[in-house]
Amino acid sequence: MPSRERAFLVLALLAAAALASLMQALAAGSLALPAGAVWDALLGRGDGMSQEVVRGLRLPRALAAFACGGLLALAGALMQVLLRNPLADPYVLGISGGAAVGALAAMLLGVGASFGIEAAAFAGALSAMLLVFGLAHGDGSWTQARLLLTGVIVAAGCGAAVALMLSVAPEHKLRGMLFWLMGDASHATDPWTPLLALAAGLAVALFFARELNLLARGAQLAATLGANVGRLRLALYFLASLLTAAAVTSVGSVGFVGLVVPHLVRLALGNDQRLLLPAAVLAGGALLTLADTLARTVVAPQQLPVGVLTALIGVPVFLFLLARSPVRSEA
Amino acid sequence: MRREAEKVLLATQGLAVGIAGQTVVHGLDLELAPGARLAVLGRNGAGKTTLLSTLAGLRPPEAGEVTLSGQTYAQLGPRRAAQRRGLLLQHQGDAFPASVLETVLVGRHPHLSRFAWETAEDARIAREALAAVGLAGFEAREVHTLSGGERQRVAIAALLAQRPGVYLLDEPLAHLDLNHQVAVLGLFARLAREEGAAVAMVLHDPNLAARYCNQALLLYGEGRHDAGPVDELLDEARLAALYGHPLRAVPDGDRRWFVPA
Repeated sequence: MPSRERAFLVLALLAAAALASLMQALAAGSLALPAGAVWDALLGRGDGMSQEVVRGLRLPRALAAFACGGLLALAGALMQVLLRNPLADPYVLGISGGAAVGALAAMLLGVGASFGIEAAAFAGALSAMLLVFGLAHGDGSWTQARLLLTGVIVAAGCGAAVALMLSVAPEHKLRGMLFWLMGDASHATDPWTPLLALAAGLAVALFFARELNLLARGAQLAATLGANVGRLRLALYFLASLLTAAAVTSVGSVGFVGLVVPHLVRLALGNDQRLLLPAAVLAGGALLTLADTLARTVVAPQQLPVGVLTALIGVPVFLFLLARSPVRSEA
Repeated sequence: MRREAEKVLLATQGLAVGIAGQTVVHGLDLELAPGARLAVLGRNGAGKTTLLSTLAGLRPPEAGEVTLSGQTYAQLGPRRAAQRRGLLLQHQGDAFPASVLETVLVGRHPHLSRFAWETAEDARIAREALAAVGLAGFEAREVHTLSGGERQRVAIAALLAQRPGVYLLDEPLAHLDLNHQVAVLGLFARLAREEGAAVAMVLHDPNLAARYCNQALLLYGEGRHDAGPVDELLDEARLAALYGHPLRAVPDGDRRWFVPA
């Protein structure tokens, strides 16, 4: 169990890394700026061109990417505790499927404004969340297996609906739809909603952090040690779902971050949620910011969907950590 | 002083417990005072685990009530209940990796306020608990690497670190070899005698029950039960009816050993 001092030290290091990724995002691009110029632009000094690029274009997008990376990593960590399965991710219960159905339907119907698509995605995510909850909770039993199965089936249904819409969509809309599905931060212009959701979500999660440690070891054990398991699971389900909905609404279903960042943080730091949750937020945010910077610079002026890059960066890092950690023999 | 000694730690009044529409026990009046060591005996599926989790307040009774020092679980709330009673579960699930010390420190949860971290004192209590079950030096080991018996003793250590007044033990001897069986039963008997704890445990061996417990509860299934002092309650006829198999009592000094006939 990490001491509080060690936890703060680790979090300070991760916060520095996150800041570095944000600085990198502000500096890199077709107009490459040195660090000093980025500061000047941020503080409202320097020439108007670089101010416009840094504050008007890059900063909102970088902050949105950071917030969504943090949201997905936090939601993933919470889902892994809720389902007591280290392979769970924020999308396993169909939230992103619902959002995709909403967003793609809006695109197909010709909703042009990104606000309209976001609203449709959020409505889809909420419908999926309530549908899974209603079905899994139907008779009041609410077991992990039932919740997981219901979520997987609803996700599969959403997948079918998405495939149907893609196959009937006119050619000129396909590219936008595919980018949304892979995750794309280029339309994310409002960073404040996801940032606010992230701050609120993290605060609520940290409030329950030690009880989550118990829940990760089993519902019965948590109950014998004084956790109100029913209430805790409900809170966890709605919190993780809403965080996921906030993220996919903003940047689409970016894969990998929600599954692998919590896992990676767990390998490096252990499974104490008091440290794991904030660390996952910082690491997830930094990863998505970095990936988004690469997505808009590697083959510039062409932009790549950021979801492709999160996987390309994350997979080797994850495999390295896995190979480095001691092998656990199953007793 | 005498009033204190007579205070009942756990009591049931007219308790009825059922699972899946089947009544396990009804009309159960139980009193566990400090020093009580209750053996719960019965066939597989007789409802021993269900009864224990009802006593622990994890499932609602069909009728009657359970009280801890006179207060119901509803009055206590989960946190204060966890400070007073502990339950050793039959299955230890480890979905995520954790060290032995971390796993034992979990027992300190009910004693810490919401945002407090475990202190050096909590770590000391956890280490003491590990030493008490013969696992000193195992603190940094991963629980995944332990044998079944070692994992069981880690769970017992976590329960000891919880320091409740009432210990409810579901199959405390599972996976343990002979010397650890005796050591664990001796440990809880000592807690009851010297520290005034009350212990209720599910056992499968009437001889260990006779040796380490002073009360017994026999669950015959279908709701019928016998309860009383262990020396009076355990005899060939009752045990034969309980297990559906004839037993013989072999005298040995002032003791008897029950062996399957």
